[in-house]
Amino acid sequence: MPSLPDAEMPDALALAERAAAEQVHDPHVADVDLKPAFFDWLCRIGDNALILGHRVSEWCGHAPVLEEDIALANVALDLIGQTQMWLSLAAEVEDKGRTADDLAYLRDAMKFRNIKLVELPNGDMGVTVMRQFLFDAYHFELLTALARSESPRVAEIAAKALKEVAYHLERSSDLVIRLGDGTAESHARMQAALDALWPYAGEVFVADAVDEAVARAGIAPALPDLLPKWERTVAEVLDEATLTRPDRRFDVHVGGKQGRHTEHLGYILAEMQFLQRAYPGAEW
Amino acid sequence: MTVTLPSTGQVWDWLSEVPDPEIPVVSVTDLGIVRDVRWDGDTLAVAVTPTYSGCPATAVIDLAIETHLRAKGVEKVRLERRLSPPWTTDWVTAEAREKLKSYGIAPPIDGTAPDGRGGLAARLSGRANLVIECPRCGSGNTAKVSQFGSTPCKASYQCRDCLEPFDYFKCH
Ligand SMILES: [Zn+2]
Repeated sequence: MPSLPDAEMPDALALAERAAAEQVHDPHVADVDLKPAFFDWLCRIGDNALILGHRVSEWCGHAPVLEEDIALANVALDLIGQTQMWLSLAAEVEDKGRTADDLAYLRDAMKFRNIKLVELPNGDMGVTVMRQFLFDAYHFELLTALARSESPRVAEIAAKALKEVAYHLERSSDLVIRLGDGTAESHARMQAALDALWPYAGEVFVADAVDEAVARAGIAPALPDLLPKWERTVAEVLDEATLTRPDRRFDVHVGGKQGRHTEHLGYILAEMQFLQRAYPGAEW
Repeated sequence: MTVTLPSTGQVWDWLSEVPDPEIPVVSVTDLGIVRDVRWDGDTLAVAVTPTYSGCPATAVIDLAIETHLRAKGVEKVRLERRLSPPWTTDWVTAEAREKLKSYGIAPPIDGTAPDGRGGLAARLSGRANLVIECPRCGSGNTAKVSQFGSTPCKASYQCRDCLEPFDYFKCH
């Protein structure tokens, strides 16, 4: 194999900036009144992908079978790639000279806007698979709607991510069915995972002023509109998996979207941000 | 002194010589990831679309394109990222599909990308079971080992007749 040529790596950031400069005009990006909500909302979408991607990547080299190990790493990779797109747009909207990397590596826990569900520890495979399914079912509906966003910049990222997330949802619903309708042991673990995660599952559907502002601007769907579709997918898969939907509220643990997190997020950030905190500006 | 810039047609020909870093039998133009080539003054702008948003090969592909064009004498090259319309396997040329097959990778079957709820319904009813032919012996008696393979664009399959494990370039 020929050795790599002696040339400089393309500057990904400069590439993204130049591409951004040539984008079709998107009035939402420069809308001053909309900026605080748009930025916050983009951080929510980006942070969900970032934190779940980081969590899932923790399985790399540890999954029970090789195929699952590879699948988990692939899903994590997709999510981190999507993070790059969302947080780049967030940084552009914010317009304070920060980059996607600055947002990922230099914000403190209180500034993160992900839902609590995605920061929960991986637990066993039952928890990991169930968390992924509950999130994928939402993520798929969200991106489907965002692909028709009135913001062309949001729509193009969503259209790209949607193709990947369709595979994520296919895999996670498949696994929920196989493990739920599997052995007594796998069934019990999946039901326990569902019972434990259920009170976290609804946070994404609880709209606040930020969600309402981006919905009014035509950027995002109204969250209550997504809920019936999510419920249909969840009901179909749980039924096929012989699992029982918990008879309790699913929106108990909220606040992550507003920056109030569980203790677990701090540990994730300690690992994820260590290098940039200890060696600011380090590159490789 | 005036310098004659190579035509964009010439540049497309050169780009067809740049192999994909992960599947070197196909070129970047075979895969359909080069979206645009144009001169912006004396700077050559090449627009590339990523296959998967987190594909680690993206930076390597940009580097390979830039290096190749410089070797051909193009002094100023600018690579642009183009997200829309998003890349699909429909962009993979017929010629590339033959190359993939002879390389041992089953080419994508168009129109089989998952579509979420519809895909779910298809799977629950058993309609989603694709027949992926073994690139070694041609048998359709194959089984999916994993939807996710060695790279983001591939799934793992195995032939039940000749037992060959192989990659399927999944529809995207
Ligand atoms: Zn065979």
